[in-house]
Amino acid sequence: MSRIHIEGLNVWFGEGEERVDAVKNASIDVPSGASFGLVGESGSGKSTILRALVGLVPNWSGKMQVGDFVLGKKRPKAFYKDVQMVFQDPYASLHPRHSVDQVLGETLSLHGFKDIDNRIMRLLDDVGLGPAFRFRYPHQLSGGQRQRVAIARALAPEPSVILLDEPTSALDVSVQAEVLNLLADLREEHKLTYLMVSHNLAVVAHMCDATAVMQNGEIVEVLTVEDMRAMNPSHPYTKHLLDSSFGYNPDAAQSA
Amino acid sequence: MSNLLDVENLRVTFPTRQGEFEAVRGVSFTLGKERLGIVGESGSGKSLTGRAILRLIRPPGRVEADKMELHGRDLMAMSEKDMQKVRGQEISMVMQDPKFSLNPVMNIADQIIEIYRFHTGASKKAAWVKAIEMLEAVSIRDPERVMRAYPHEMSGGMGQRIMIAMMLVTEPKILIADEPTSALDVSVQTQVLSIIDRLVRERGMGLIFISHDLNLVSTFCDRVLIMYAGRVVEVLDAKHLHDAKHPYTRGLLGSLPRIDAPKARLEVLKRDETWRDAPSVSGRI
Repeated sequence: MSRIHIEGLNVWFGEGEERVDAVKNASIDVPSGASFGLVGESGSGKSTILRALVGLVPNWSGKMQVGDFVLGKKRPKAFYKDVQMVFQDPYASLHPRHSVDQVLGETLSLHGFKDIDNRIMRLLDDVGLGPAFRFRYPHQLSGGQRQRVAIARALAPEPSVILLDEPTSALDVSVQAEVLNLLADLREEHKLTYLMVSHNLAVVAHMCDATAVMQNGEIVEVLTVEDMRAMNPSHPYTKHLLDSSFGYNPDAAQSA
Repeated sequence: MSNLLDVENLRVTFPTRQGEFEAVRGVSFTLGKERLGIVGESGSGKSLTGRAILRLIRPPGRVEADKMELHGRDLMAMSEKDMQKVRGQEISMVMQDPKFSLNPVMNIADQIIEIYRFHTGASKKAAWVKAIEMLEAVSIRDPERVMRAYPHEMSGGMGQRIMIAMMLVTEPKILIADEPTSALDVSVQTQVLSIIDRLVRERGMGLIFISHDLNLVSTFCDRVLIMYAGRVVEVLDAKHLHDAKHPYTRGLLGSLPRIDAPKARLEVLKRDETWRDAPSVSGRI
């Protein structure tokens, strides 16, 4: 059964002449426990799909379903317990004056958990940060450690779906490797479903079973990881993205 | 090979409350008419190395070097006034994000013309003609319209091409490009790189290409310096980057996910304290 089902999703901003269609007639299906990628360039609408899922865009039409939740104008509280998001920039998504303890404690108490103390320790352990990090502030953490805190916060309400918006693009490659390994382990341990946005095809190929390629708000192709590894895209835009991910190629520059 | 730039034992130091902090610790290299890549992670000192060449380190930061010569002229001994003539005219720099390096309240024409006239003293009319020519050289369609536009009306890729046009209008001998394409989408990235590539080749310039992207550097540059903790740990021909010997370079390469070579887990870089203290490898030829 599909965990995330999106059918004919349209998202637009502004009205009348100002109207910009950010997502046009997008449909995706993510099976339970799978990891699904969304790739494309800036402005292609990939993050907008995530934001539409969690209710951060005002205007949308179409059908969205996550598990048993059929999404309408409002989402029940239980939805937010089940679906969590990790943002791109760990420097911006953590409150600079809240310690790790406050960040996690607040999330836990908002979701009505009682044994907060134990849970904070377990969350820190889950993301590979020891108890020593509990009372630190974001400025006392490196980029990778901050992203681990952001992941711990997303795990706190025990969700089954995590939306990842470019979770490693602000990090160095060696730190990116650690965070991607962590995300893969957590998915296995907690039986999570991932929907992951990235502009890096190599990252998506590593993490995801299937990937939707977006251009100008439309999904132009859905590729399985096998197709991607075989360099076997059917859409010219996907081919162009794949070629570019191997570094600079003077021939590709000519055709672009 | 004649060297455009010769740097020996470059050091950049900042005083802190805990004592002196050396961000660049003894970097040596030469630059000919080639594309030299400098790779490293954030904090490795690669950008500071680029800025130090132009003496753009603000006090209380200090730049020291046993030798820093441009065509045999000592950059360290130059007065600030002479340095201003070097910056932009002989050595230019393109930074990462055009949003922050273009002046938002000046139109494109005024910005390019200002630079050109400052360095050449040309007439306004000649400068206008030259600016149009440069915009055409960086593949901007309808340069007349772009000249009258303001930076906020430009996309990221156009902004970066305008930056390149502006930096090359004075026909410098050396271009320092600090992550020139990191803020751009891949398709635009290829386009901007091919423009840099063509201009550097046609004009016989030297290029210092600072980047964190190993794949990009190995395919775009001729020679690569790999920096770690303010030192150069390895110097390689770019096409042999994937045969690197140093454990740090190997670790960086191993931590990259690859489309053509899947693996269940990515390698995690184990840092070794001895890398920090090992003497810097010289990139001089």
